[in-house]
Amino acid sequence: MRRQIPIVVCFVFGIFMLVQFFVPHPLFTRGYQNVLDWMQIIFVFALLVGALSFILLHLEKISKRQKDWVYNLIAVVGLVVMVVLGFWKGIQKGSPFLWVFDNLQVPMQSTMFSLLAFFVASAAYRGFRARNFQSVVLLIAGVLVILGRVPLGELLHAKIPEAATWVLNIPSMAARRGILIGIGLGSIATSLRIIVGIERTYLGKG
Amino acid sequence: MKGKFCPLIFLLPLFVSLTRTALAAEETRWFDPQKTGLLVGILITILLVFGLIFYSKKKGSLKIRSIPGLEAMDEAVGRATEMGKPILFSSGLGKMERVATMASMNILGSVAEKIAEYNTPLIIPNYDPMVTTVAQEVVKESFARAGHPESFKPENIYFVTQSQFGYVAAVDGIMLREKPATNLFLGTFEAESLILAETGNSIGALQIAGTDSTIQLSFFIVACDYTLIGEEFFAASGYLTKDPMVLGSIKGQDFLKLIIGLLIIAGGILSTLGFGHLIDLLGK
Repeated sequence: MRRQIPIVVCFVFGIFMLVQFFVPHPLFTRGYQNVLDWMQIIFVFALLVGALSFILLHLEKISKRQKDWVYNLIAVVGLVVMVVLGFWKGIQKGSPFLWVFDNLQVPMQSTMFSLLAFFVASAAYRGFRARNFQSVVLLIAGVLVILGRVPLGELLHAKIPEAATWVLNIPSMAARRGILIGIGLGSIATSLRIIVGIERTYLGKG
Repeated sequence: MKGKFCPLIFLLPLFVSLTRTALAAEETRWFDPQKTGLLVGILITILLVFGLIFYSKKKGSLKIRSIPGLEAMDEAVGRATEMGKPILFSSGLGKMERVATMASMNILGSVAEKIAEYNTPLIIPNYDPMVTTVAQEVVKESFARAGHPESFKPENIYFVTQSQFGYVAAVDGIMLREKPATNLFLGTFEAESLILAETGNSIGALQIAGTDSTIQLSFFIVACDYTLIGEEFFAASGYLTKDPMVLGSIKGQDFLKLIIGLLIIAGGILSTLGFGHLIDLLGK
């Protein structure tokens, strides 16, 4: 029964979601909305489980004074402080919760995102090294697209932006579409395997 | 039989609610004719995939081409074992309802079984609490299947945060502190893909990545040792388990690709000659 119930539920809802896409009747559109609402409810409970496991994990490391336990302490304190602030004065504009969010969380996230600029540079250095013919083609295409996207490109030659657009819209798009077709077919086949119960690893059974 | 229908009782409120809606409905169409082309495409896909699944089941096994990224899984696990370092697995930002996350969990099942045999630590920080629960269950069962249930450490599979860059910061921190010998980035990734892969590269980890995002694939290709491109990512579970039914569905995908390729060529030629009938037909 422990295996059968999830498989039956997966099959019923999988088929329903597939069929409802083609049926405009309210019986199905309403059903679809219901399923989306249920997902939100399930997610809230899953989030509670996640928060609980988060707290227990960090508390255990703090209590055992494991290596770098101070970071675990900061994580737990951060979680508790935000919950307290949220319940105390709400999360509306001007609240302490939003102040902490805007002045700590957002700058920290922006900092992490900014790292991308440096990583793009180091990855581009490795990717664009002209080791063989393919690398040379990649290097030329890359330089062309970079130049075509900045005013300097047009200054060097009026045709460079046009060439960059051609690279993006023709060969690059063709390759992307090829990969997208593969991904689409892979997604459909995987979904079918899951719906009919051939693929059951997500239940913990291979 | 009674037991088999028991789960359907839970769906009773949905059926009651939907029947009431149906009785009060103004829209009475049961099929949207604008989606005919799509329906035909889906039906052909279903027929081909299931046809090949049954053929494969009957035949025993089917051969599929070698995928270097998946061939390297043994090397990745062996490397971590030899170095006495952990393996880091990330399914990215995907939630459980995404097919890429499902595919990621399928790969995790096979990889965890190999890892259990070598008793190598496996760290899985998660973005989504539901994925955490599923990952714990998948790894636990895999360790049990490998005959090492005692090696399963649930504390190594945990929920981190639902903040995209908070998750990146956490995983980067884990990489820099624990220095995993192998990083497996398999799932849904967005702007964080390159930050994760480059950090992994900086610590010298062997990295295998796979995702359903074409934009992020290019970042993984330059920063990782092996990348599962396109359908390779979805074929991974069948490739690793050699399950004939899964392999059959992968063959079905290949035949569909062939059909699509032929249609693209035919459409291109006919359009060039001024006949737009095929495009009109497929566009419906």
